[in-house]
Amino acid sequence: MRHIISILLENESGALSRVAGLFSARGYNIETLTVAPTEDNSLSRLTIVTHGSDDVIEQITKQLNKLIDVIKVVDLSEAAHIERELMLIKVRAAGKDREEIKRMADIFRGRIIDVTETTYVIELTGTCSKLDSFIQALDADLILETVRSGVSGIGRGERTLKV
Amino acid sequence: MTMMTGAEIVIRCLQEEKVEYVFGYPGGSVLHIYDELFKQDQVKHILVRHEQAAVHAADGLARSSSRVGVAMVTSGPGATNAVTGIATAYMDSIPLVVISGQVPTSYIGQDAFQECDTVGITRPCVKHNFLVKDVHDIATIFKKAFYIARTGRPGPVVIDIPKDITAAKCKFEYPKEVEMRSYNPVTKGHHGQIKKAVQLLVNAKRPMIYTGGGVVLSNASEQLTVLTRKLGFPITNTLMGLGAYPATDSQFLGMPGMHGTLEANMALQNCDVLLAIGARFDDRVIGNPEHFGAQPRKIIHIDIDPSSISKRVRVDVPIVGSVPDVLDEMMGLLLAEAAMQDIAEWWEEIEGWRARKCMKYAVKDVIMPQYVIEKLWEITKGDAIIASDVGQHQMWAAQYYKFDKPRRWLNSGGLGTMGVGLPYAIGAAMANPDKQVACVTGDGSIQMCIQELSTAKQFGLPLKIINLNNRYLGMVRQWQEMFYSRRYSQSYMDSIPDFVKLAEAYGHVGIRVEKPEDVVPALHKAFVEHKDDLVFLDIRTDREANVFPMVAAGKGLSEMIMAEDL
Repeated sequence: MRHIISILLENESGALSRVAGLFSARGYNIETLTVAPTEDNSLSRLTIVTHGSDDVIEQITKQLNKLIDVIKVVDLSEAAHIERELMLIKVRAAGKDREEIKRMADIFRGRIIDVTETTYVIELTGTCSKLDSFIQALDADLILETVRSGVSGIGRGERTLKV
Repeated sequence: MTMMTGAEIVIRCLQEEKVEYVFGYPGGSVLHIYDELFKQDQVKHILVRHEQAAVHAADGLARSSSRVGVAMVTSGPGATNAVTGIATAYMDSIPLVVISGQVPTSYIGQDAFQECDTVGITRPCVKHNFLVKDVHDIATIFKKAFYIARTGRPGPVVIDIPKDITAAKCKFEYPKEVEMRSYNPVTKGHHGQIKKAVQLLVNAKRPMIYTGGGVVLSNASEQLTVLTRKLGFPITNTLMGLGAYPATDSQFLGMPGMHGTLEANMALQNCDVLLAIGARFDDRVIGNPEHFGAQPRKIIHIDIDPSSISKRVRVDVPIVGSVPDVLDEMMGLLLAEAAMQDIAEWWEEIEGWRARKCMKYAVKDVIMPQYVIEKLWEITKGDAIIASDVGQHQMWAAQYYKFDKPRRWLNSGGLGTMGVGLPYAIGAAMANPDKQVACVTGDGSIQMCIQELSTAKQFGLPLKIINLNNRYLGMVRQWQEMFYSRRYSQSYMDSIPDFVKLAEAYGHVGIRVEKPEDVVPALHKAFVEHKDDLVFLDIRTDREANVFPMVAAGKGLSEMIMAEDL
């Protein structure tokens, strides 16, 4: 099962490598990982997308909680939540493809944020699967470069992850 | 308030923590600290001969006394040599603070002389580590380090201090308290869960108690003993938990696991309610988890570390909390219970297993290693601190020395580090000057830290080294005999030193023992005649004696190989 694990941790040097090191040392996989400071500069919010059986996910959350720099851990996918990922994708846009790519970006509610005579850079936000679908919808030969931010997530409604 | 250098602050922090001994080895990056150490006499320094032994000795002190052990090493090779010691302590949850010097802050990352990324290298084998970046942080970091090391599930903490920080100055005030929003270990167990556990216990028909190192570490053996006697249940202590319950008591079934007794393993496998306390269902204890899990039984698991619960085996009643607190609450609830199940039939079955006397061993005209341990137990009246190395001798010591009290048995159970025995004995002797300390070792293990004979001489430690010398790496040879058709690949050393002369060269007493009838007189010489000397007994034992019973790796607990089967 795919899980989105959100972590609040001390914004200190080395804290990220403690989390990343735990995953590699115990053989857990990391599909995506994002990290940045929160509104409180002493705190970082880290989001990891991982796969595992219930037993593995239980161990992951327990092991994360054991790290001294980790303040809170929550498995977002346990309840209603929103996930978003940002993608910047550079495509070859020349001749007849220009119009077609523009139309495709509109359908996916993407924005073209850089234009040259032969290329576009498209910005697209959404769930992982939406970004995947967009990539599939494009002609693979036209894709020059993709950059994805990894998943960020937040619980719906009153549910918050705070100190 | 006067200004102090970082080095002075380090020493003041150790004094505030009432640290009596620091085990260490000086070097460039820690010279400022060693200079401050020189100027005072409250914190005593034990100079070892290799940094690995510094950490092991601090670990031995911690295991034998329940204090936090402290070691100090220099940067680069000092720190890397310490890693084995740190990893050993980490696997067995031993509270340590290890101070390492680091190159000056401005040199970090420049591949400076004796530079290594100590915080990076030790990260996977510490409970936590710190790189000090400002002299103002030293006091708080030390306070936190000792607090983290000794609370919750204990473990080693490394403090890496760049040399310029030990020269910088600031005012010193040791924090009275420590508050960390990210670290608040629980102590009290969940009341509802404890109630559920008690109901399971009073209704059990085939109950079993299984306890590990957590009971020893949390100093809960008194509560455990009272509870076990009240329940009247059979009990087993793991390799890490020996001494938590008196081994000479009739409710004690011996050690479980790979080299456990038949009765302990069969009872673990066949019980209907298992009370696991401060133990972690290690592969050397329960064997194959599928085989173990195939037997229906209810498991209650008390542990301070939630990640130990349901890690290898699904648990029915998890109780996260400090063992003594939970046992106290359990005892209170049990006293209110009127009736227990009659478990006489279960005991009868257990006595049947016990009657097979799985620990009996063949007696030959050479010295049997098991016999040596039995005699060691007799001459020390079962009350010595036994520091063991790793291998066959470790298992024989665990099987045949009946530990009645906790913190008498020191061994590397988790990491299985050869070479710990002698430094453990040194640490234990420093912490327990009034107790007999023996090191049970083998001709392979002892050579991994033999240089510490020199440390023992310098500090006048009257250790007794029981070297069960079979001229083989015995445990490796045993596996090669059983699983590799006797191809003894690299398990024999053909130039073992003359240990008697070696001991003498270090200024100690060395005695070679070659005949069974000489064992007792030699032990007498060591423990009585040469009471105040370090005595190295080089005992030539049966070359091919094996450790039995045995559950082969990957097998189930009821699939034991007994000595008589072969």
